[in-house]
Amino acid sequence: MTDIAQDLPGTVAKRRTPSRYQSDEFKARLKARYNAERRFQVYGALAIATAAAMLVILLFSICSKGYLAFWQTEIKLEITFDPAVLDPSGERDPNGLRRANYQGLINSALYEAFPEVSGRRDRRNLRALISSGGRFQLADMVVANPDLIGTTQEVWFLASDDIDQFAKGTLPCGVTHEERMAGIPCTVPEDSRPINDRNIGWYDQLYANGQVDFAFNSVLFTKGNSREPELAGMWGAIVGSFYTLVITLALAVPIGVAAAVYLEEFAPKNAWTDLIEININNLAAVPSIVFGLLGLAVFLNFFGLPRSAPLVGGIVLALMTLPTVIIATRAALKAVPPSIREAALGVGASPYQVILHHVLPLAAPGILTGTIIGMAQALGETAPLLMVGMVAFIVDIPQGITDAATVMPVQIYMWSDLPERAFVERTSAAIMVLLGFLILMNGLAVYLRKKFERRW
Amino acid sequence: MTASTMNVDPSAIAMSNADAVGTGRVKIHSKDVKVFYGAKQALKGIYLDIFEHSVTALIGPSGCGKSTYLRCLNRMNDTIDICRVEGLIELDGEDIYGRTIDTVQLRARVGMVFQKPNPFPKSIYDNIAYGPRIHGIGARRDEMDVIVEKSLQRAGLWDEVRDRLKEPGTGLSGGQQQRLCIARAIAVSPEVILMDEPCSALDPIATAHIEELIDELRENYTIVIVTHNMQQAARVSQRTAFFHLGDMVEVNDTEEIFTNPKDERTQGYITGRYG
Ligand SMILES: Nc1ncnc2c1ncn2[C@@H]1O[C@H](COP(=O)(O)OP(=O)(O)OP(=O)(O)O)[C@@H](O)[C@H]1O
Ligand SMILES: [Mg+2]
Repeated sequence: MTDIAQDLPGTVAKRRTPSRYQSDEFKARLKARYNAERRFQVYGALAIATAAAMLVILLFSICSKGYLAFWQTEIKLEITFDPAVLDPSGERDPNGLRRANYQGLINSALYEAFPEVSGRRDRRNLRALISSGGRFQLADMVVANPDLIGTTQEVWFLASDDIDQFAKGTLPCGVTHEERMAGIPCTVPEDSRPINDRNIGWYDQLYANGQVDFAFNSVLFTKGNSREPELAGMWGAIVGSFYTLVITLALAVPIGVAAAVYLEEFAPKNAWTDLIEININNLAAVPSIVFGLLGLAVFLNFFGLPRSAPLVGGIVLALMTLPTVIIATRAALKAVPPSIREAALGVGASPYQVILHHVLPLAAPGILTGTIIGMAQALGETAPLLMVGMVAFIVDIPQGITDAATVMPVQIYMWSDLPERAFVERTSAAIMVLLGFLILMNGLAVYLRKKFERRW
Repeated sequence: MTASTMNVDPSAIAMSNADAVGTGRVKIHSKDVKVFYGAKQALKGIYLDIFEHSVTALIGPSGCGKSTYLRCLNRMNDTIDICRVEGLIELDGEDIYGRTIDTVQLRARVGMVFQKPNPFPKSIYDNIAYGPRIHGIGARRDEMDVIVEKSLQRAGLWDEVRDRLKEPGTGLSGGQQQRLCIARAIAVSPEVILMDEPCSALDPIATAHIEELIDELRENYTIVIVTHNMQQAARVSQRTAFFHLGDMVEVNDTEEIFTNPKDERTQGYITGRYG
C-alpha cells in the first residue's frame, strides 16, 4: 500500500517514477469516488428505513386497534324456556315458535339475576347489557331443538357493544376491575362515558359470578353487515369480493391474454398497432373512478344490468385490470427467448403451434403473476364500485353474481364512517383481513414465480 | 466495391458451379438472391447451387451474410419483420418463395441447427419427439420410441442419455445439447439440414464428434454448414463457398478452394490476411 513498487521475488523491475494512477491527486480523486458511493448507499438505506418505518407504523396502528375485534365479550344467563311464553298452544309449529317473545325470556332472566333493579329507566339499561341479537339466537335454538321448551338452560349471549368495549378496556372508567371491587370509584366523570356506574356495577357483578367470558368473534366471519357492531360481520363482503373477482378473472384473463398474444405475436407492426399499444399503456394509468363512471353509464344505464351486483362490479374491475394483464402478458411473451421460437419453427411447427406449445407455457408464470397482481389490485379497489352501487348497506349474504352485494374495501369504507367505538376496531380488523388476503395473493404470485423460474 | 463485380455475373457463377466435381444433382438452386434488412442490403445477388448428398460449407468474414443466406433457404428470415428477400431459390426445382409453397412444409423438408444450442425446456425424449409428433409421424408410442432412439443414436448421444430420457434437455452440457438439437433436426427426416456454426460453442472433442456425424449424415441428407473454422470446412465439406460483404465470391470443390483459390479475396481470407 505505502510503497508502490516493492521488490517481491519475481518482480522484474522496480518502477522509478510513479504512474499517474499512483499520484496523490489520483488517490484523492479515488477517495472522493468512494465517498460518493458511500453517500449514495446511505441515501438508499435511509429511503428503505423510512419506507419500512412507515409500513411498521401503519401495520402497528391497524393491528393494535384491530386485534380486539377478533374477541367478543359474552354474558351467560340462565334462561327458562317457559312453555307459556313460547308455545301456549303446544303445537310446536316452527313458524309460531320463531315468532314467540324471546326477548321476554332474556328480560326475565336479567330481572331474576338482578332482582334489586326496578324502575323503567334502570330496567331498560339492564336489558341493554345483552345484544339485541340475543332473541334471534334463542329462536334459532328453540326451532332447531323444540325439546328445550320447559327446561332451564345456561346460554351465552353476545354482550352489547358498549359493554363489550368496556370489557375490552377501550371505554374505561379510569380504574381496574380489582380497584372497583375494592371500592375505588371511577375517575372518569359519569356523563362523559357511555355506560354509567350502575351498568358498571352490573358488569362487575356478572364478572365476579363467572358470567362474563371472551370468545372468538365468529360473527365477524360468518355474518353479513349490521347496524349493531356486535352483530356485524364481513362474510357478506368477503363473498361479494369473491363473486366480483370471479367475474373479473373470467373476463380479464381470457381477453387480456388473447389481446396480448395477438398484439405480440400476430399483429403487423404499423401505426394502428402502435396506437393501440399507446392506448393500452395509457389505460393502465386512468384513475379507477373513471371506469366506475363508465360502468354506471354503460352497464347500468344503457344495458340495464342490476345495481350493486358483483356482475357489474366484476365487469368494471375487469376493464380496470385488463391493461395490467395485457402489459404483464406481453412482457412475459417478450421474455421467451427467440431461440425457442426458432427451434420450434425450425422443425416445422406452425406459428400457432409455436405459441401454443412453447411460448405460452414458458410465459405462463409471468402471465400468472401479472394476473394475480392485477387481481390483488382489483380486490383492494373501492372507487369504481361506489359508482355502480356496491356501497349499499346489505345484511344478507349474496347468493349469486346478480344479488346486491358489497366488497371488503367498501365495507371497510362504510364501517370507518360509523360513530360507534366498536366499529373502529372492526374497521381495523376488516383491514387486517383484507391485508391478509392481499398478502396471500402476492405470496402466491411470488411462490409461482419461484416455482416456474425460467428453465432454459 | 473493388473490381470484383464479375462475381455477380451469372454465367461466371454457372460455370464455376458446373466446374465443380459435385456429384449428384442440384438440390437447391439460388439465383440472384438479394436480402435487405430495412434499407440495408445484406446480400447483393447470390448465385449458388447446392448438391444433393453433399456437404456445402459457407465461409467468409463476420457480417458477410452467411447466416442471412442460410436462413433464406428455409425462410427463417420471414420471422424478421424488416427482412425482405428477392431473387429465386428453388428446392428440387420449386420456388420456395412461390405462392404455392407452405413455410411449415418447407421447414419440415429443410431442417436447421442453430449456432447456439436451443433445446426446448422439455424432456430429452420430448425434444426429439416434438417434430415427428406435430407432423403426425410416430403416432404410436413404440413407433415414437424407435424414432427417438434412432435419432439420438445417429447424433451420437444415445449412450449418454439412454437412462435419462425423462430429464430436461436443458440439463445437458453444451456439446450434448447441440447433438440433441441435431438429433431433433434429424428426427423429422428432412431432406436438407442447415447448420449455422454448429460447433462454435463446443470443445474440440465434441466438435470432432459432430464433424464425424456430419460426414455420416451426408449419405442421407444434403447439408449446408456455416463455419468460421477453415480446418473444419476442409474436413467436412465437399464444396465450399466464400462469402464477402454480401457477395458470394467463389464456390468450388473444397480442395480446390483451399489449394487453388481463384479470387485473391478468397486467398486472402483462407491464408488469414483478413477476416
Ligand atoms: N436481424 C437483422 N436486422 C438488421 N440487420 C441484420 C440482421 N441480421 C443480420 N443483419 C445484417 O446483415 C449482415 C449480414 O449478417 P449475417 O448475420 O448474415 O452475417 P454472418 O456472415 O452470418 O456473420 P457472422 O459470421 O458474424 O455470423 C450484417 O451486416 C448484419 O448487420
Ligand atoms: Mg452468422
